[in-house]
Amino acid sequence: MSEDVVWLTIFVLSVFVGIEVISKVSSTLHTPLMSGANAIHGVILIGAVLVTGAADSGLALAVGLVAVILATINMVGGFVVTDRMLQMFGGRRAPQRKDQQ
Amino acid sequence: MPVWVQLGYLVAAVCFIVALKGLSGPGTARRGNLVGAAGAVLASVIVFFERDLDHVVPILIAIAVGTVAGVVGAQRVQMTQMPQLVALFNGVGGGAAALVAVLELHEFVEEAETGVNLTEFDLVATAFTVLIGSVSFAGSLVTFAKLQELMTTRPVVFPGLAVAFGGCLLAGLVLSVVVVVEPALWIGVLLGVLGLTLGALLVLPVGGADVPIVISLLNASTGLAVAASGYILGNTLLLVAGTLVGASGTLLTRMMAAAMGRSLTNTLFGALKGGSTLGAGAVSDRPVRSAGPDDVAILLGYANRVIIVPGYGLAVAQAQHSLRELVDVLGERGIQVDYAIHPVAGRMPGHMNVLLAEAQVPYEQLKEMDEINGDFKQTDVVLVVGANDVVNPAAKTTPGAPIYGMPILNVDQAEQVVFMKRSMRPGFAGIENELLFDPKTTLLFGDAKQTMSKLLNAVKTL
Repeated sequence: MSEDVVWLTIFVLSVFVGIEVISKVSSTLHTPLMSGANAIHGVILIGAVLVTGAADSGLALAVGLVAVILATINMVGGFVVTDRMLQMFGGRRAPQRKDQQ
Repeated sequence: MPVWVQLGYLVAAVCFIVALKGLSGPGTARRGNLVGAAGAVLASVIVFFERDLDHVVPILIAIAVGTVAGVVGAQRVQMTQMPQLVALFNGVGGGAAALVAVLELHEFVEEAETGVNLTEFDLVATAFTVLIGSVSFAGSLVTFAKLQELMTTRPVVFPGLAVAFGGCLLAGLVLSVVVVVEPALWIGVLLGVLGLTLGALLVLPVGGADVPIVISLLNASTGLAVAASGYILGNTLLLVAGTLVGASGTLLTRMMAAAMGRSLTNTLFGALKGGSTLGAGAVSDRPVRSAGPDDVAILLGYANRVIIVPGYGLAVAQAQHSLRELVDVLGERGIQVDYAIHPVAGRMPGHMNVLLAEAQVPYEQLKEMDEINGDFKQTDVVLVVGANDVVNPAAKTTPGAPIYGMPILNVDQAEQVVFMKRSMRPGFAGIENELLFDPKTTLLFGDAKQTMSKLLNAVKTL
């Protein structure tokens, strides 16, 4: 099997997994789900780190570092804001901590 | 690449699948998100062991800067402004993907000079990532500007827009082919600039109410750009994660569009054909019946069944806390009160649930549209707070209306309807609501927060 076919196989299987895992989501969770999926594509950070680590000129390094910053914002901010949304879905929140001085 | 690094990437990919699965159920969503975050952290650590990297210190500093920016942004944002933050995060992700692909193209070109043979697939994937990544970046920024109301939320259409869009699209395709046949860095950069233009042109004609669908679509396309970059870099994790987001995001976009009764093409290109979300916008001077908080308090206090229809206006006025108190007081009087949540209440599907959850409204009182639509016939009073389009009967009765076909809450079937509104200004979709002029409708004018507390006090003294 040629290597490209392996890549194609991974791609096609991932498409099916991606569709399957969210097929039963209720509309209540559309916003957190979109936000969570948004955070996941922040893994482009990996790609940004790899190309920046191979940069051979000052310009390439600068562009790479910008990519690293943008990707990190996407990933970290995405997961944090999703968690903030979902925290509120918990319903019964932990009782207010009054006597903690 | 060491085998353990590859296995680590596999673990991270599984984390992402588990995360998406978890995010689709209310009980597991938070844990799912944390699993996803764990996978992302794992991947970001082991990437440093994948191969020998230069500039590790600057990279770590950049990651620290991005982390601080991301956390501060995510913590500070008001929950009402969350849709635009998601758009912004999506945009920067797309931008990062485009930059990665440009740098990779730079490397390809250098390799080609030293005699290494490039495959067409690599170059096709590179062109794709540059183009889609920059479309996503610019499109998301315009979306952000619309939601933040830095610019008009109405569709922006100018003569020749369709021609300009078509021209840019064609030029983008031609340049993509050129990159593949005759790889050069400057063509890649030009492709990126074209992508930025395309992204802006794509989103400008979209009306405010349809913007969430576009965010979801851009989210899915960023995913695909990331997947393509995974192929270029020979990284399976990027391929899997990007494809997962691309596929689930596409499905999510379709589900959102269905919830709003719009087709995707209509959302994107409706304004070009004319008569989509372009509303009349004129304030009508037809007679309406208005009342004060005391009258409405009596109406509510002596009802048996009350349904609250909250909208974005409620959250903007920060009246959701007083609303919850009001519902509590009504509940103490033995009145059955529920919240009817339209799928697109707020500015995004599910946004209203987030906003009400913030005010600690119990999850059980939030009823989805399909669940509660049959109940309106037996309801004495419906209190509509800051919502408009989602209860507009024009969606059922007026084929020409921009929201025609969108499923709505059957508020018009209730005994009495009370609209709490700031003014007669039409909703986000910019169309007039016939229900406001119905004889059984009462209008309670005023700022939602002040009026809500007046109403609350009036009900308490009954």
